[in-house]
Amino acid sequence: MLLLQVIVGGLLLGAIYALFSSGLTLIWGMMNFINFAHGEFVMLGMYVSLLVVMYLGGGPAAFGFGAAFALFVLGVVVYLSLIRYVLRGPMLAQILSTFGLALLLRYTAFWIFSANFVSLPQTSLSGTINVGGILMPIPQLVAGVIAILLTIGLHLMLTCTTIGSQLLAVSEDRGAAMLMGIKPDRMQALAWGLSAGAAGIAGALMAIAYPWSPSVGETFGLTAFVVVALGGFGSVPGALFAGLIVGLIQALSAFWFGPIYKDIVVYALFVALLWLRPQGLMGKA
Amino acid sequence: MKGFRVLKAVAAAATAFTFYAAAQTNAAESVKIGIIWPLTGNAAAAGQASKAAAEVAADIVNNAHPELGDLPLAKTAGLPNMGGAKLELIFVDHQGNPSLAQQLATRLITQDKVHVLMGAYQSSCSFTATAVAERYGIPFMVGESAAGNITGRGFKWVFRGTPIASDYARTYMRFFADMKKQGKKIDSIAIVNENTDYGTSVADAIVEEAKKANVPVALRIPYSASSTDVSAQILQLKEKNPDVVIFISYTADSILYMKSMNNLQYKPPMVIGDDTGFSDPSFIPAVADAAQGAMNRSAWAIGKPGSTTYKINEMYKAKTGRDLDDTSARNMQSFFALADAINRAGSTDPEKIREALTKTDLKPEQLMMGYQGVKFDETGQNILAATYLIQLHDKSYELVWPDNAATAKLQWPMTGGKN
Repeated sequence: MLLLQVIVGGLLLGAIYALFSSGLTLIWGMMNFINFAHGEFVMLGMYVSLLVVMYLGGGPAAFGFGAAFALFVLGVVVYLSLIRYVLRGPMLAQILSTFGLALLLRYTAFWIFSANFVSLPQTSLSGTINVGGILMPIPQLVAGVIAILLTIGLHLMLTCTTIGSQLLAVSEDRGAAMLMGIKPDRMQALAWGLSAGAAGIAGALMAIAYPWSPSVGETFGLTAFVVVALGGFGSVPGALFAGLIVGLIQALSAFWFGPIYKDIVVYALFVALLWLRPQGLMGKA
Repeated sequence: MKGFRVLKAVAAAATAFTFYAAAQTNAAESVKIGIIWPLTGNAAAAGQASKAAAEVAADIVNNAHPELGDLPLAKTAGLPNMGGAKLELIFVDHQGNPSLAQQLATRLITQDKVHVLMGAYQSSCSFTATAVAERYGIPFMVGESAAGNITGRGFKWVFRGTPIASDYARTYMRFFADMKKQGKKIDSIAIVNENTDYGTSVADAIVEEAKKANVPVALRIPYSASSTDVSAQILQLKEKNPDVVIFISYTADSILYMKSMNNLQYKPPMVIGDDTGFSDPSFIPAVADAAQGAMNRSAWAIGKPGSTTYKINEMYKAKTGRDLDDTSARNMQSFFALADAINRAGSTDPEKIREALTKTDLKPEQLMMGYQGVKFDETGQNILAATYLIQLHDKSYELVWPDNAATAKLQWPMTGGKN
């Protein structure tokens, strides 16, 4: 029973990993572009939630949408003001630009919010439900379920809607897409918005359950890269699957071997998998 | 050239400001105390709070404060054995950087010609700065750094007033023995520690003292303070079901543990937090409910209105607008012990001050802290340092142990959250 409890906890955490990683994988899939600032987007989503709760008195729905919207806008702005230009530069400039952006966002957050840890005041989402002896903390449960639904939603949007086809068209062949009347800049800005928005919601969901400080983005950024690489670069279902696996492995190894070993287990399996299947679980070779 | 003139004026003002404290007290003879703390950077809050505490302490020594009872040097203005000489404080900022702390210690000794040194908050900075003092033969009072290895390097010139990990561990064991006497069941304990120097050394000390006191440690869980999820650890605790869980944790992780324990409906009879995370200003607002009745340690207690500690706190509050905290108070106590030794030395000669320090023997009633006294062993460590235990009652900590100092009644088992 205790083991089942551990598994449930791992999967709920993994669901949130999946959500913010799907944003990272989206940008990669669209533009072959690595966004090192992705973890910082998650961090900003958490602070936006805090601001919405503190100054507007909003509930979970309000700060969830608030974080998603604010980060969507930020993603679009970042694309239009920075990424668009560095895309023309050499590979190294592309990598360093988002790395610089990450540092800028992190230290701006330090400046504004200080290095102290904060957490959301008790929201309506508290308490625990007991399903056949398995305890599910409501914040984690809500966060996990929403994260899975949104990740699936993002996948459906990419595969089943016109906008999704247009996004994919731009990623496959920018020139051909332009000839078909698709405006690549607009599509890529949209992709950045969606990616950052997903990170923002993930941040809001994390904020319900965990305390944080401006340096939290580092941890999330790294996790996101592992999830994306494990799931296969560019694959949203891969990110979902890999996120759940990473969460599960972390929980089980923390329970069996102790918390300081959980990352060793995760990264060892990760390296082993890359060795056997470099394209990731669901990536195209 | 106008810009240059402005610059000169600014520089002059800055210099004047730096020596402001000096000018105030530089009348006849003064004793220069170089103080090295993190006044900017990550630990700036602690450094600034301690600076204010040292300034209050210097005020108490330099001016007559007969209202402060048996506190040494309070009654008289200045140091009576030195014709009323005043203490002159020179603060420098090591920004939390051990190599800078080392350079600043050198500068204070060679350029500012300080007679004694004090510092340095972060153990790593105390570690490097004390080595400089040892080389130059200048007494160094370590105010509150806790790492065991600061003393015990065979140094002659380093003294430490604060309790360290083993003192805290011994206090916990004395507390357990006391509880057992009262019929509380403490068959086993668990230790949950973050896995850097701080958590590891404190946990090691507790394990060792527990062994001596015959208290079985059912489980020890080292973890990384940057963990985002700790439910697995809580389930480990649930499985072993110890009677007391001791947390040596930083801020985010201690909040996370309290929240997750509540969510997973795990409530041991008692939780003890080893200061740090449990004392962080954000701890109580975040988890006051879930952590209701959790215990913590503090050697500082404001005390009843009219008491010496209460009056000291009022002085500090008038200066900063806040209550004195455990960290700054431990620094302040070390400062008083240092001032007491300088007075007994009756001279600014470093060797005489060092000798006086080795003969320090302050009694509990002469202290502002809950130590059993101040007396340094041959390594320079205060062997009478101890701590009070406090407990979260509603939205603040109350002193609950030992009984003779307690201001509120100990609740056992802890109440915890609703879940």
